Amino acid sequence: MSPFFIITGFVTLLGAAFAMSLRNLVHCALAMAVAFSGIAALYLQLDAQFVGFAEILVYVGAIAILIVFAILLTRSGEAPEKSVLTSGWMAGIAVSALVFTMLGWAVLNSSAIPKETPPAPVATVKNVGDALMTKFVLPLEIIGLVLTAAMIGAVIIALKEDSQKSKSEVGGYQ
Amino acid sequence: MSPLQACLLISALLFAIGFAGAVTRRHAILVLIGIELMLNAANLNLIAFWRFSPHPEALTGFIFVLFSMAMAGAEAAVGLALIIAIYRHKKTSNLDEVKELKG
Amino acid sequence: MFDKLDQIFVTALHWLVSYVPEACRPLASSLICIAFVLSVFPAVFSVTTIFERKGIGRIQNRYGPNRVGIPFTKIRLAGFGQFIPDGVKMLTKEDIVPRAADKVVHFLAPVVMLIPVLLAYAVLPFGKNMTITDYDAGLLFFFAVGGAVELSVFMAGWSSRNKYSLLGAMRAIAQMVSYEIPLILSAVTVVMVVGSLNLNDIIAHQNQYTFGIAHWHVFTPWGLVGFILFFIASLAESNRTPFDLPEAESEIIAGYFTEYSGFKFALFFLGEYLGMFAIIGLGITLFLGGWTSPVSFLTWIPSYVWFFTKLMAIVFVFIWIRATLPRLRMDQLMNFAWKFMLPLALINILVAGIWHYMAADWPRWLVCSAIIFGAYAILGRSLMQNQNFGKRIYRYAE
Repeated sequence: MSPFFIITGFVTLLGAAFAMSLRNLVHCALAMAVAFSGIAALYLQLDAQFVGFAEILVYVGAIAILIVFAILLTRSGEAPEKSVLTSGWMAGIAVSALVFTMLGWAVLNSSAIPKETPPAPVATVKNVGDALMTKFVLPLEIIGLVLTAAMIGAVIIALKEDSQKSKSEVGGYQ
Repeated sequence: MSPLQACLLISALLFAIGFAGAVTRRHAILVLIGIELMLNAANLNLIAFWRFSPHPEALTGFIFVLFSMAMAGAEAAVGLALIIAIYRHKKTSNLDEVKELKG
Repeated sequence: MFDKLDQIFVTALHWLVSYVPEACRPLASSLICIAFVLSVFPAVFSVTTIFERKGIGRIQNRYGPNRVGIPFTKIRLAGFGQFIPDGVKMLTKEDIVPRAADKVVHFLAPVVMLIPVLLAYAVLPFGKNMTITDYDAGLLFFFAVGGAVELSVFMAGWSSRNKYSLLGAMRAIAQMVSYEIPLILSAVTVVMVVGSLNLNDIIAHQNQYTFGIAHWHVFTPWGLVGFILFFIASLAESNRTPFDLPEAESEIIAGYFTEYSGFKFALFFLGEYLGMFAIIGLGITLFLGGWTSPVSFLTWIPSYVWFFTKLMAIVFVFIWIRATLPRLRMDQLMNFAWKFMLPLALINILVAGIWHYMAADWPRWLVCSAIIFGAYAILGRSLMQNQNFGKRIYRYAE
């Protein structure tokens, strides 16, 4: 465990903690982007280069921007005056602490975990491409369908309503 | 502590933080951010196990994570579209106030 | 002899690194490469700003800056020393932060813009054996860090608490996201034909000569269309005219960097131009053969000279376009990306596939060119049906 690994893990967890606890939503979204870049750095240290670059491209480059746009479209840019926590927040924190304790205990006491580090795997783009086209071609095609359906669905859900209705609501504003 | 255990602990803690945020905060978008963090924790788990597995050349964990990222993108898009549509209808994105099926 | 000249920087790096103890050698090598990028590309940036001002001035029938030489001396360089006082001005201007601005995010936005742009230089091959990090998925790395720039644009626009900054930032992000798709799709055609995401493999694929002319991708039908699409998309990604609506002075003051002055503005300006050089560098690598020479009897010229010559040539074309073309409106810009460039990029992928699988003879040139030309004509005609243009009127300056 190199010091670089510890620092990256610490930055990731700090970013995630800030993302979940800050009052201002835009700050939360930016902290989330920091957490994603930390996770991408962790992937790069685990010799998963392609996944690390894809993580930055997909999460930081697209999902973080989506979330930021949604924050602006729902006028949540300013910090709220009332409390930001739900009514049952203590139970939530207790359950999440319990979840972490169970997972941590399972990880630390498991006998199925190898002690030494195997040699670095060769995950070149060519191997990934071969695997995607031979062994995993069915999930590839299905995910193409799923992404198309999600895109069309998201556009339809977020589309503005009938202009007749909105004009009658707003009055002679045009 | 072996490196695999360190990775798994980081991912478990990330999952717990994401879960705590998703269950505790009132704003719908923050719940979505929590869900994305949980997904990332699961992906990190998968990559850690792939790296330390006896046959990493099968690339199973790797490809799983690629598909998981694509699914996360699709789900974030649809979820955010839903939040925008609900905001347009109810003028609020506060989960405590969107608890009626009527309207 | 010319081989030694070609590899002079590589041998210099090895010689410098040999003075460092064995354990620190990777670190020393990276630091020297970083110093190289940080010194060469801001110098290219200064030269470009001067050429831009003088070039645009000449195209607009006036002189650009023509007096400043080296300050504090009597040497007059006909305006080529303008970047020195410009740099000093930007560094010494007062740093005004609006009172209601979000201080942390406002401070971090120029930094978050500059870092991904500098990271992108790590995978560009400046010459033979002169790539700083030769990743297996180098092209994907480049596009990944390109996507991180959009976050900084949002940070700049939102933290200024200025409705025009926010509007400019939203427009800039929408434009960058829309034009990323034709950019990546036109790069995908190259990846398909070469079979690798590694930038050095892509250059090696173009490093062959037939009848003395190199096999650059731009000399093939799909490569020409891909290069033109990549060129237009990179104009849009760098927010250059005709796509500079988010930051044009007459439109929205300065868009998302209205509230920035002094050193932070200098960082934004530097980041924008460095991003432009990086994306032109990638276009050169993908389509124009990188550091290879176009004709086989000129291969003795060092590879880095070719790379920087091509870079400056394309920068000159960027400047020329800036001085010549009018600006596109936001809806025209978005229509152009989604309705024209995206279908053309997809058809280009089809044509690249056909090219790859047909025999290497004259029929494939005919078939591919016919498909591309047909698609262009049909798309152009169908999209321009509702435009009613009058007769063109020309007015020349006296």
